[in-house]
Amino acid sequence: MIEIEVLGNKDTRSGFGEGLLELAKTNKDVVALCADLTGSLKMDAFQKEVPDRFFQVGIAEANMIGMAAGMTIGGKIPYTGTFANFSTGRVYDQIRQSVAYSKKNVKICASHAGLTLGEDGATHQILEDIGMMKMLPNMTVIVPCDFNQTKQATIAISKHEGPVYLRFGRPVMPIFVKDDAKFEIGKADTILEGSDVTIIACGHLVWKSIEAARILEEKGVSVELINMHTIKPLDVNAVLQSVAKTKCVVTAEEHMINGGLGDSVAQVLIQHALVPQEYVGVNDSFGESGNPMELMTKYGIDTQNIVDAVLKVIQRK
Amino acid sequence: METSELKKIASQVRRDIVRMVSAVNSGHPGGSLGCADFLTVLYFDCMKHNAAHFSMDAINEDVFYLSNGHISPVWYSVLARSGYFPVAELGTFRKMSSRLQGHPSTDKHLPGIRMASGSLGQGLSCAIGTAQAKKLNGDSSLVYTLHGDGELQEGQIWEAAMYASAYKVDNLIATIDLNGRQIDGDTDQVLSLGNLALKWQAFGWEVLEMDGHNIDEIKSTLAKAKSMTGNGKPIVIIMKTEMGQGVDYMMGSHKWHGVAPNAEQLQVALNQLEETMGDY
Repeated sequence: MIEIEVLGNKDTRSGFGEGLLELAKTNKDVVALCADLTGSLKMDAFQKEVPDRFFQVGIAEANMIGMAAGMTIGGKIPYTGTFANFSTGRVYDQIRQSVAYSKKNVKICASHAGLTLGEDGATHQILEDIGMMKMLPNMTVIVPCDFNQTKQATIAISKHEGPVYLRFGRPVMPIFVKDDAKFEIGKADTILEGSDVTIIACGHLVWKSIEAARILEEKGVSVELINMHTIKPLDVNAVLQSVAKTKCVVTAEEHMINGGLGDSVAQVLIQHALVPQEYVGVNDSFGESGNPMELMTKYGIDTQNIVDAVLKVIQRK
Repeated sequence: METSELKKIASQVRRDIVRMVSAVNSGHPGGSLGCADFLTVLYFDCMKHNAAHFSMDAINEDVFYLSNGHISPVWYSVLARSGYFPVAELGTFRKMSSRLQGHPSTDKHLPGIRMASGSLGQGLSCAIGTAQAKKLNGDSSLVYTLHGDGELQEGQIWEAAMYASAYKVDNLIATIDLNGRQIDGDTDQVLSLGNLALKWQAFGWEVLEMDGHNIDEIKSTLAKAKSMTGNGKPIVIIMKTEMGQGVDYMMGSHKWHGVAPNAEQLQVALNQLEETMGDY
């Protein structure tokens, strides 16, 4: 029987807000910039705690990214906050030149990623951001799975020298990472140990994968579940050690299949351990307005999609 | 520094520029020549900086960002002539593995450069960030930028302009290289900039104007700009220049924006520019 203790229910963006507040108190070099979404990003606590270190830039994301890059001159550690869409696609060239190529210690923190932004619809539901960010040299890409892990990652990236993309979201989801867990960039967490299939997931899809593993257990399928919170650099050893045992993989993410976590895993498999893989992700489509959980079902990134992918990939072994 | 000395340095900088671009048959001589006087005065007379010990963090040092990164030859020459790196290295410009990339970059750790530029419109935002960081650090040194006039067509410039006045970024002196030319022709024909002084004033900036080829005027205008810092407003200097200044056949046209002189043309140019510090 799969035992995962649920510690509560919260949104991952609130984990970012709490992590940032802790940094307000513990690291005087951390500054925060926001493009008119302070409440949505849960940055208000930081703003209240250290108003001199909070920079409201207005609806001007390009200027925000450039300012953040400039603030690193003199030793500041800037955290930028806006929706994932405006954190990446809108400012790709600014990130590319002033942050990634210039190798600046900027933390690009992106909320409301993916379909689970919900009712605002496709203009805001970015599903390409992991791909864009992981293609940039020097960039570290992190997608934590729940409130506690987002808080831990927010704090951990302050100690990492270099550009980071931290992606989180809006919906309230179960918390299952212990509040005293140690977050290590580039070191995957094995949530479940199993022998028939490896599920590699990130973000909200980790919880969906836990749900899937329970269903699969009843069908007699033993799941090994890896929470791949760092997309880049990918924990290659975690992938290879697990597939040596299970001989097949399902990847699951709230992102396009093109360019996401699954593609990163596929690169590893095709070079080092040729085993079958199935993708759970959005298949070359924009989203739409709707209830976040219903959208996940409609666009094929729900619990049942993971179950189906596992049953299919096992057949391909 | 005496004006006569600055003129000599600027002449050598111009020689460096035409030799650098001619050697690799690429690069941007026009705007580089046009900004040679300004950057010479900035680095040899105006800025507080330490060429012998370059520090990325620039604590208690002035910072300069070249936002129009394509005029890298003039910046590289001025940096080398200031002592940031050996002048012989100018000969590696745009060649494989060189620290002197076509557009300025930090990834090969060339002393003097703190931010990549080339994709236009980003330098003012970076400068504002550094200026704000200096305030947080209690560091009273200043941040300078240079922008092309064509570059002002980028929207990010105006995002940054709005921010700087709204948040009283008054430790910042931006300069616009107003040569009226861009790759496709005169700025008036490509996309007119309108009345730039009024635009910057409307965005809440202190606006100064100067002749970018009159060394005394550059010195006095920069001194005046410095004296105006700390008064709650960012400062912009609209600098009138001639693209290609110093080489007669390059002046008065946009055609030498991004074209290098051949060997014969180089010799004609060098005959017009006195060698004052020794060619690299």
